Amino acid sequence: MSVYARERPVTAGPGRRSSPLSWRWVDRLVLALAWAVGIGLCLVTGAIVIYMGVRGVQYLRPGLLFSRPAFGTTQNESGGFLDPIAGTGILTAIGICLALPLAVASALWVAEYGRPSWLARVVESSIEVVAGTPDIVFALFGLALFQTHLFAPFSFTSSGGGVFGRSFFAAGAMMSLIALPPIFVATRDGLEAIPVHVREAAFALGKTRIATIRRVLLPTVRSNIATGATLGVSRIIGDTAIVVLLLGSTLRLESQGSVPGIDVLRGTGSTLTSYVFDNSPAGEGAAPEKAYAAAFVLLLCVLVLNLALARIGRSSSEETGLTVAQGIV
Amino acid sequence: MRSRLLSPWPDRRAERTLGAVSLLIGVAVIAMIAFVAVQAWPTLSHNAGIAWLGSGGKLERQVEAMNNAGTAPSAAAYHLRAWPLVYGTLLTTVLAVGFGLIIAILSSIFIVELAHDRLRSIAVPVIRLLASVPSVVYGLLGILVLVPFVGNHIITSSEKAKHAGELQLTGQGLLVTVVILTLMVTPIMVALICQALQSVPNAWREGAIALGVNPVRAILAVTLRAARPAIVAAAVLATARALGESIMVAMVSGGVSFAPRPSDGFAAIFEPLRTLASFIVSFQEGTGATALKSSLYAFALLLLFSALVLSIGGYLIKLPLRRHQVKG
Repeated sequence: MSVYARERPVTAGPGRRSSPLSWRWVDRLVLALAWAVGIGLCLVTGAIVIYMGVRGVQYLRPGLLFSRPAFGTTQNESGGFLDPIAGTGILTAIGICLALPLAVASALWVAEYGRPSWLARVVESSIEVVAGTPDIVFALFGLALFQTHLFAPFSFTSSGGGVFGRSFFAAGAMMSLIALPPIFVATRDGLEAIPVHVREAAFALGKTRIATIRRVLLPTVRSNIATGATLGVSRIIGDTAIVVLLLGSTLRLESQGSVPGIDVLRGTGSTLTSYVFDNSPAGEGAAPEKAYAAAFVLLLCVLVLNLALARIGRSSSEETGLTVAQGIV
Repeated sequence: MRSRLLSPWPDRRAERTLGAVSLLIGVAVIAMIAFVAVQAWPTLSHNAGIAWLGSGGKLERQVEAMNNAGTAPSAAAYHLRAWPLVYGTLLTTVLAVGFGLIIAILSSIFIVELAHDRLRSIAVPVIRLLASVPSVVYGLLGILVLVPFVGNHIITSSEKAKHAGELQLTGQGLLVTVVILTLMVTPIMVALICQALQSVPNAWREGAIALGVNPVRAILAVTLRAARPAIVAAAVLATARALGESIMVAMVSGGVSFAPRPSDGFAAIFEPLRTLASFIVSFQEGTGATALKSSLYAFALLLLFSALVLSIGGYLIKLPLRRHQVKG
């Protein structure tokens, strides 16, 4: 939703505008509705943020952030959400680490090489399919994939040898699919916005294509990649379906195996989103205060990411004059 | 080996490496379709292809039979008639996208054509924020704020009494689901429609105004008309999003595989429902029962298939857009 500084239409002049009172009633209705709906939508967003803010301040205690979830019947006993925050962090890290190289490499290939062209089109349409697929389908796919014997070492297994197909690794791999399309689209659009003569200048100096990519094109599209990655991160943080299906419903991090580091990745746990889901009346915990507090933290993360996005967009358009693709929501 | 990797790569090797990495994405998509289809196959074959989309019998009973059959189900245990879920999905999606489209068009007109620069610089980030609120936060607000409000203040006690023998009207149901789903899909459409409205040449608007129509008529007759393909593309994208929304719907739609009956009149909007995606979330613990697991994958396959159809449809719609040089 990039908005350019655009010339105002000629209607802006005070003397030329006919009074809306003399218009047909349909036109007057549309004018009134457009104002009402536009401002109404902003007010609804404001109401959501303010309500969550009030609830967050009401229920969020610093202790909650640093204590682990515990088993308890009342909301005072059930602990905080240190583990879910750690879970969100781990999952985001895995997802971005997998998605970033994959998306940037394929965007480079599609935009700079793209031969044969039908193959490039296949890659682009696969990205579009990935972008249109609901997260719940990814979750079921991940469940089926990580229950196969090939991937069993990556997932949580019961003592009897049953493979659950659930682990941080499985969830992170599916999360990377969610983060893939925004990074790809942002990078590709950035590359396409670079004028051809920039490349031609590099070729004229005897650089190969890959050298041009590394020395000229990648530094130029850095801010586009940052935009895509930020969008990807906010998608991963906000996703619930994959976490609920692929990470299991244990609120604490349950590690698996004995290798430090890897054991957590093979184990199960929770994230902020699944914590909110579990503690809402729809889940098992039924601790609305905890759910509000965690949702407030979640919303803060999203707000920070949005601010970062605006910042990246502004700085890059000042530096290079290139518009950053923010079209993907 | 190490020096070979560190020295500047020949162009050809770089091209092949990048191309191979890109093809991984295509492989992932094919693998996804294959895995989901293989898991869904038992349900499809035992229900004569697409008969499981039809109506008949109580869905709750069928699920119970699947659960009882355990890990070695007989052919009869696969019996599934999922029409209530399909109907619930269609109903929520159509209503949410319909209302959302009207709201999105009006607010796009507001942002692009009516608002002053100062107002616009507030409205754009605010609506972008609306798009990035996680669905579980929407679900939480729905179940803790909207559902009690609707249940206590909007549903009359006579309507509750009428349904008393059959189901409880608590507020969880069609109304709250559609309201929140509309709120979730609107920002996506606003983004796309705004982009299209902005790329309509200014001269077209000026031409219309020079002919003597008022600004609003110019917007309706010229600008919106030029952006029509983008509006359809936005609706397609929003449909894909609304079809697949699982967590929020699972939280606020009420845990009953009921289908709102139009014959109940106005009270139908308070009746609970389930969609395909929310059913998967609600029964994810049931993957131990082979028949139920296969049914869940059949629903996923249906969602995947609709996503495919929608993305092909979206591509076809964008074709005339490109011809007119209007970005969408």
